[in-house]
Amino acid sequence: MDEKGIERALARIAHEILERNKGTEGLVVLGIPTRGYGLAQRLQSIIEGIEGVRLPTGAVDATLYRDDLGIKKEQPSLKKMDIPIPIDGLTIILVDDVLFTGRTIRAAMNALMDFGRPRSIQLAVLVDRGHRELPIKPDYVGKNIPTSLKEGVRVRLKEIDGMSEITVIEKE
Amino acid sequence: MRFKGKDLLGIEDLDASDIDLVLSTAESLREVSEREIKKVPTLRGKTIINLFYEPSTRTRTSFEIAAKRMSADAVNISVSTSSVVKGETIKDTAKNLEAMKPDCIVIRHSASGVPMMLANYVKCSVVNAGDGAHEHPSQALLDMLTVKEKKGAIAGLKLSIIGDITHSRVARSNIYGFTKLGAQVTVAGPPTMVPPGIEKLGCRATSSMDDAIKDADVIMMLRIQLERQKESFFPSVREYSRLYGLDEAKLNRAKKDVLILHPGPINRGVEVSSEVADGPHSLILDQVTNGVAVRMAIFYLLLGAAKE
Amino acid sequence: MNRLIIKGGRFLDPVAGIDGIFNIYVMGGRVASFKPAYADTTEITPGPGVEVIDAKGLLVTPGLIDVHAHLREPGFEYKETIRTGTLAAAAGGFTSILCMANTRPVNDNESVTRYIRKKAEEEGVVNVFPVGAVSVGQNGERLTEMFELKSAGCVAVSDDGMPIVDGGLMRRALEYSKICDLPVISHAEDPTLAGSGAMNEGEVSTRLGLKGIPGAAEESVVARDIALARLTGGRLHIAHVSTRGSVELIRMAKEEGLKVTAEATPHHLTLTDEAVLKYSTNAKMNPPLRSSGDVEALRKGLKDGTIDCVATDHAPQSIMEKDIEFDRAANGVVGIETAFSLIYGLVAEGLLTLNEAVSAMTIEPARAMGLDKGTLRVGSAADIAIIDLAKGWTVDPAKLRSKSKNTPFAGMTLKGVVEKTIVGGKTVYSRE
Ligand SMILES: [Zn+2]
Repeated sequence: MDEKGIERALARIAHEILERNKGTEGLVVLGIPTRGYGLAQRLQSIIEGIEGVRLPTGAVDATLYRDDLGIKKEQPSLKKMDIPIPIDGLTIILVDDVLFTGRTIRAAMNALMDFGRPRSIQLAVLVDRGHRELPIKPDYVGKNIPTSLKEGVRVRLKEIDGMSEITVIEKE
Repeated sequence: MRFKGKDLLGIEDLDASDIDLVLSTAESLREVSEREIKKVPTLRGKTIINLFYEPSTRTRTSFEIAAKRMSADAVNISVSTSSVVKGETIKDTAKNLEAMKPDCIVIRHSASGVPMMLANYVKCSVVNAGDGAHEHPSQALLDMLTVKEKKGAIAGLKLSIIGDITHSRVARSNIYGFTKLGAQVTVAGPPTMVPPGIEKLGCRATSSMDDAIKDADVIMMLRIQLERQKESFFPSVREYSRLYGLDEAKLNRAKKDVLILHPGPINRGVEVSSEVADGPHSLILDQVTNGVAVRMAIFYLLLGAAKE
Repeated sequence: MNRLIIKGGRFLDPVAGIDGIFNIYVMGGRVASFKPAYADTTEITPGPGVEVIDAKGLLVTPGLIDVHAHLREPGFEYKETIRTGTLAAAAGGFTSILCMANTRPVNDNESVTRYIRKKAEEEGVVNVFPVGAVSVGQNGERLTEMFELKSAGCVAVSDDGMPIVDGGLMRRALEYSKICDLPVISHAEDPTLAGSGAMNEGEVSTRLGLKGIPGAAEESVVARDIALARLTGGRLHIAHVSTRGSVELIRMAKEEGLKVTAEATPHHLTLTDEAVLKYSTNAKMNPPLRSSGDVEALRKGLKDGTIDCVATDHAPQSIMEKDIEFDRAANGVVGIETAFSLIYGLVAEGLLTLNEAVSAMTIEPARAMGLDKGTLRVGSAADIAIIDLAKGWTVDPAKLRSKSKNTPFAGMTLKGVVEKTIVGGKTVYSRE
């Protein structure tokens, strides 16, 4: 998938979000850094283009809530946590690039609960590659890409990586 | 990226990338203290012992809050120096504490080198919370974070540290830290309190307060121990204050956007006048806030990854 | 009478100006004769009462002499005893040592001196010469009965371990000791300048945040004591010289013809204060390790004779005194087993000749203290060291004979291995 494909998928997701929530009322878009946050910003501008409303958009870094800290030798560096408005009673559109085991989403939801009590959380992902380890299901999916565990899915966005593409790569 | 080594004993041992990592991690963690629920589950199940051989409510509290905000269990042990003389050696204490399976020991001691001794005796992480006149790495890191927050970067800045350099661990750690990040450091004080060979640490030394403040972007005033007067390091508080105290008259000769740091607690009217301490240039309270973030970052970096 | 023959070694005796391959014949504990090996046609065979040591390829010298050791007995037997200290000395090639008076009780009267000598006779393996105190209890107040101390066997007086602060007392000591011709050994230190310093004052102390002891703390007292030697005509020996300034002062005093001698330790001749980095308490001693400039001056001083001799300042300390905070840790290093190898290291570096090194560890210390030792003549007590200069060894504290293990040289590989030490014709140390 290239830039065009990504844009099409996001446009579809944007429409689905608006349809399901009957407009933009009470919505906030939060992306998981780095690329989930990039996608959240894109969704914000697509929705603005459709509805003329600029949704509050921010970042939710799940690192401090991960369940593998102290297990992995490689230590993740902390990223941006930016919750733009109080989230009590709002509907959060949580955005990430690739949905895999579901553990990052679990961590991000725990993080959000520390900031308040949203009315609901909906999950939007660009790619769902399967292999869930937790009972987590996306509400909006750009593309399902079935993969084996030996493979990985790499998403690149032009605003972050200089080019846009989704590729399946062999893990070494 | 992960932090090298199991301990944080001094800034001298770190390189610029280590310092940058602590500062960027602290910048991310600063937000936690702004929340309603000021706690993240990151270090659940970790035990941190604050072993303080010197009374220091401020530093100990800062470490304790940092540990708790990261969900670690913090235990405070205060040891009065008098009971140490009578009994247990550092080694005994180390072995005893280790038997309780802590993940980290934060140690403050009046004798230089004790954190290093402790680190050699125990397997868990050791954080130096100030040892003698040697180092106080978390203080220097919070000072760097505070300056970086206000000035954007450390490189190219001019820092002047003023006061009793000889007896100051804060001065040593900051000389190492700021020079590693590309700042120019000047130390100033009466010649009785500027130790021999201090230039070898990477700074310039002067006994002129004017010389130290005129081009400085940041002025760090050190606390003067009034007892030093008895040892003839300075003849009187009045004369010390007149020569090396920072008041508005001297501040007028500094840059307009100069920042004032002080590791606290301040002797008001001695090293810093009240107007200056409470004035617009003073970052003394930002330092306190950043202290918690820096110590959270230290715990995250030392305890947040699997052991080698 | 028992006979001992040391065969085919390189015999070096700076006094006699001998350096060649000799067979040394010892009878009844005394040197009977030397024969150049090439000319010696005697049939040498071991048998009952005849011991033969094959010293081929080895250095044979008069037994080494240490004018500055702390044997710790009586009073601190957990650190060292006369037994363990003399075993250590023997392992270092030493056959005669002076032991300092800072025991408990202080060696300030003849009964303590006699106790030490009796113990040394019964349990010691090398010659032990006690040093008496200058002041009663080393309190720096009243002079000891020096004549009585000398009669009991003391060969010098010193308050070593404690500086003599009172210049008036030092003057009286230098004057009074002339009655019995005892040298006064000065531990030159001004405690008001040394303060609570824990190491040399300089860049390293600044880095480590430890209180420093400036060289001036030593030099000011060296200068005072030299002035007093001039005033009194007494015999002054400066212990453990550690600074360039002290070397200069002593050099001038000698040029002037004053009765001043001086010693330097192997550690001050080989280490700088950088050995203290990492807060190694085994590198903590008094006077402290100094800068490289000071080390250089000491080496030059030893070479040109300003520093007469090498002395170990062997100062055993237990783990209890050393495995603690640097500030609180006791001063002192054990050094009697590493001394020769360290000084031979200077020879290997080309800084001293072998003759100078041997001289500084045999005849010069003997002369400084007025001992009839340090050279081998026909009729001398057969005090001999046999050393393999070609071999190296790695310092392992656990293997030291000394009861204490506080060496700053642990893990270092040194050249020159003592093979045998012979005291009065009897082998008291033989390397396994
Ligand atoms: Zn001494």
